[in-house]
Amino acid sequence: MSLVGAAVKRKEDPNLLVGRGRFVDDMSPPGTLFAQFVRSTEAHALITAIDTGGAEAMPGVHAVITAADVAGFPATANLPEEVGILRRRVLADGRVRFVGEPVAVVVAESRYLAADAAEQVVVDYEPLPVLASIEASLAAMADPDGPRIHPDLGTNALPAIPEPEEVAPQYTAAHHKGSLRIVNNRCAAVPIEPFTCLADWGPDGLTLWGSVQAPHFLRGHLCEFFGIGTHECRVIAPDVGGGFGNKIILYPELYLAPLLSRKLRRPVKFTLTRSEAMVMMGHGRAQVNEVEFGFDDDGRVLALRLHTMQDEGAYPDTTGMGLGVLTSWMAGGCYAIPVIQAWVTNVITNTTPVAAYRGAGRPEGAFMIERVMDWVADELGLDPAEVRRRNFVQPDQFPYNTAAAPDMVFYDSGNYPAALDKLLDTMGYDELLAEQARRNSTTDEPLMGIGLSTWIEIASFGPPGSLEGFGHLGSWESAQLRVQPDGSMLVSSGAAPHGQGTGTSLAQIAADELGADFDTIDVRFGDTATVQQGIGTMGSRIMAVGGDAVRKASMAVKGRAVEIAAHLLEASAADIEVADGSFSVKGTPARSVTWREVAFASYRPLDIPEGMAPGSLEETVYNSVPNFSFPSGAYGCVVGIDRDTGAVEVERYVCIDDCGTVINPLLAEGQVQGGVAQGIAQALFEHITFDEAGQPRNSTLMDYLVPAASDLPPFKDMDRIVTPTENNSLGAKGIGESGAVGAPPAVANAVVDALSGFGVRHLDMPFTPEKVWTTMQAGRA
Amino acid sequence: MQINITVNGQATSRDVEPRTLLVHHLREELGLTGTHVGCDTSNCGACTVHLDGEAVKSCTVLAVQADGHEVTTIEGLADGDTWHPVQQGFHECHGLQCGYCTPGMVMAAAALLEEIPDPSEAEIRTNLEGNLCRCTGYQMIVDSVRWAAEHGAKA
Repeated sequence: MSLVGAAVKRKEDPNLLVGRGRFVDDMSPPGTLFAQFVRSTEAHALITAIDTGGAEAMPGVHAVITAADVAGFPATANLPEEVGILRRRVLADGRVRFVGEPVAVVVAESRYLAADAAEQVVVDYEPLPVLASIEASLAAMADPDGPRIHPDLGTNALPAIPEPEEVAPQYTAAHHKGSLRIVNNRCAAVPIEPFTCLADWGPDGLTLWGSVQAPHFLRGHLCEFFGIGTHECRVIAPDVGGGFGNKIILYPELYLAPLLSRKLRRPVKFTLTRSEAMVMMGHGRAQVNEVEFGFDDDGRVLALRLHTMQDEGAYPDTTGMGLGVLTSWMAGGCYAIPVIQAWVTNVITNTTPVAAYRGAGRPEGAFMIERVMDWVADELGLDPAEVRRRNFVQPDQFPYNTAAAPDMVFYDSGNYPAALDKLLDTMGYDELLAEQARRNSTTDEPLMGIGLSTWIEIASFGPPGSLEGFGHLGSWESAQLRVQPDGSMLVSSGAAPHGQGTGTSLAQIAADELGADFDTIDVRFGDTATVQQGIGTMGSRIMAVGGDAVRKASMAVKGRAVEIAAHLLEASAADIEVADGSFSVKGTPARSVTWREVAFASYRPLDIPEGMAPGSLEETVYNSVPNFSFPSGAYGCVVGIDRDTGAVEVERYVCIDDCGTVINPLLAEGQVQGGVAQGIAQALFEHITFDEAGQPRNSTLMDYLVPAASDLPPFKDMDRIVTPTENNSLGAKGIGESGAVGAPPAVANAVVDALSGFGVRHLDMPFTPEKVWTTMQAGRA
Repeated sequence: MQINITVNGQATSRDVEPRTLLVHHLREELGLTGTHVGCDTSNCGACTVHLDGEAVKSCTVLAVQADGHEVTTIEGLADGDTWHPVQQGFHECHGLQCGYCTPGMVMAAAALLEEIPDPSEAEIRTNLEGNLCRCTGYQMIVDSVRWAAEHGAKA
């Protein structure tokens, strides 16, 4: 029975279910000291004085440090050279640029003492003008003497892709035109485990445990920062409580913990509280998209022009700098739009830095183009499904080079019409339309809206060169397979999972390829001392790039194992087949040896073929893929809107996903459901905002509305189509971010649909009751 | 202040600062790190334990308030190597991904099933409102609790 494709239950579960997980804060080696930040209360200010005397005098306080104490260290190196001047110092150096920016660190014997001492540190600020929004930042640019958040840079706006010099004539000539200004609301990832790191720097080097998604990546940057060799630095990502892209980022505490540990000669641990995490961990989305489009009488979009303005926050992060570019690459969506002009401006503001968050630029692109399609349908009085059909890239057009990125972005495979057909069938689209007509003509039943999202995203990061631009060593992923003398197996992967069940899915791949016992395959990751060089878990890449690596390593080992089995059975290797833990001679199943016997023999020189060395059943693969892959899907959302309160309820949610080959449908569906939940939450509940003074308005879970179980609909209508990719031997495209990409437009299209009777053509997320009610009132007027 | 708490059936006696939160006492003083901290406003529920059989958020209970009482944490839910039906249900139905909210979620669900042995999907969702999960989107958690209800959660 093939395990690949089966709903295998997880190896990860037992530890986690009985409270024996190992998260970073669970560990406090002997002598551990606790670090607590003193954070800026100003969004933009000069630091005129820091008085640490009161804190230093407290019993149990071992150190209080400020930028002056780290003056000799380089700034965190996570930006391309051309904007290197924006490198962030680990502690604010004379100037703070966002509320929450670390100004000082207190280290004490307990977390309670550290918190007490942090309150005793007094910081004097001289406020500077605050630019807390894209609009404010750009407006300041009009004045050559206006405020610049990074004066040495001289500008608050960085063109990531310059505006084309001329407007495409196909746009100008289009019979119909439309435009939208879309604000994609700033969100916070909110992994339930905030952020923790523990550094222990002893005479033999540095060991750092971090709640991180890319341990080898972190190790490389730590070595560069401290000027030490890789041999002296070990990074361990143990159990990690959610990441969503937020834990790739090189936060200051990842450098400060080692620095303090080395200085104090004791382990030092930072554990962020949720309030700290809400202002210090990277935010997501925070994009404005101004799009104009030309289309014909049939609703075919002929030209699209998109200006993406990405709020970077106060310190651009490499992932943050790339978000708008990814949005621009995917501006065409699933559609064969012949002309696309997309340009991107990154805008610095006095807010929390913006970085990768599940989808990282692709949700914004999908949202924009899916709203465009609905707008076109609305303008022409056409069904939104029909408009999509007329614009789709067809199944015989792959690989398809999107006009958004000529010669660069080639969609690998897909069948967008089939996914839409399956969605409409599953939803009972025609019946829903009839129901909607009935309900919306009453005066008391909740207004009903139906929204579609036929989305695409770019995953499986990535082809050579793609991740190097973000500071990674490569874009490959690694796998090592080792068969042990008793036939059990160890797979070491460069992945760094935080909920994906990678330990289970990679074991399925190895078990299938090797005909070996799933239960005796152990998968390890996260420790740079025991795992060969790796890249990490991000960009929906591990099944495609890392799973393919495991398969290739397994194939190599199987070849040599077959030779050993043939030798033991005195048969020809070509006649050996392997399944269910045994190697047998074709046609004579009684002549067989077990994996255990072959494994043991592989270590015994007298038992292996001449010319073969002992220990041969081991293989390391660094696997590259030639291209990104492009998961896609069709999601449908039905909303009900309370006519009196404006409250929006998702009554029904249907998902048709295409991630190519599915390795484990249970895990795949779990990923989709989690992503859809975040997407619905962005559409209805979540919005990080700052006031004009740059003060965050919602920095706790009381004010930032992460949904609970009662806020979300059931996810019972989950189905798929399968168009494999040729980019890897599994045919897998990746699925981790799909839900977050595809969901918000389905909800938005449903809400706008429900409100169309009020003359609403567009509405920005989140669709809070207040916003919806106000909109209805304005429409009634 | 000296406090005596029976934790997972074991008597414990410690001297604590009055301001010590029960969750920190469990994790750091008693070494039971299965209970987790996910927020600082009592919203997330990752810290849920049973206090005299009732689900409480241990971040909002002072250790001194548990003096003389019984606490059950995730480490004490199973009967030796035999999982509680809720734990088994979460495994069967993929009710956990990163596992960080899971101890609190499982403890809350176990307490729910003591009160409502055969809850509807809606009742499960309402009664788990105090436990946030960012990974699953909740459907598989609901399925897990239903599995437990159907496979004999009432011990």
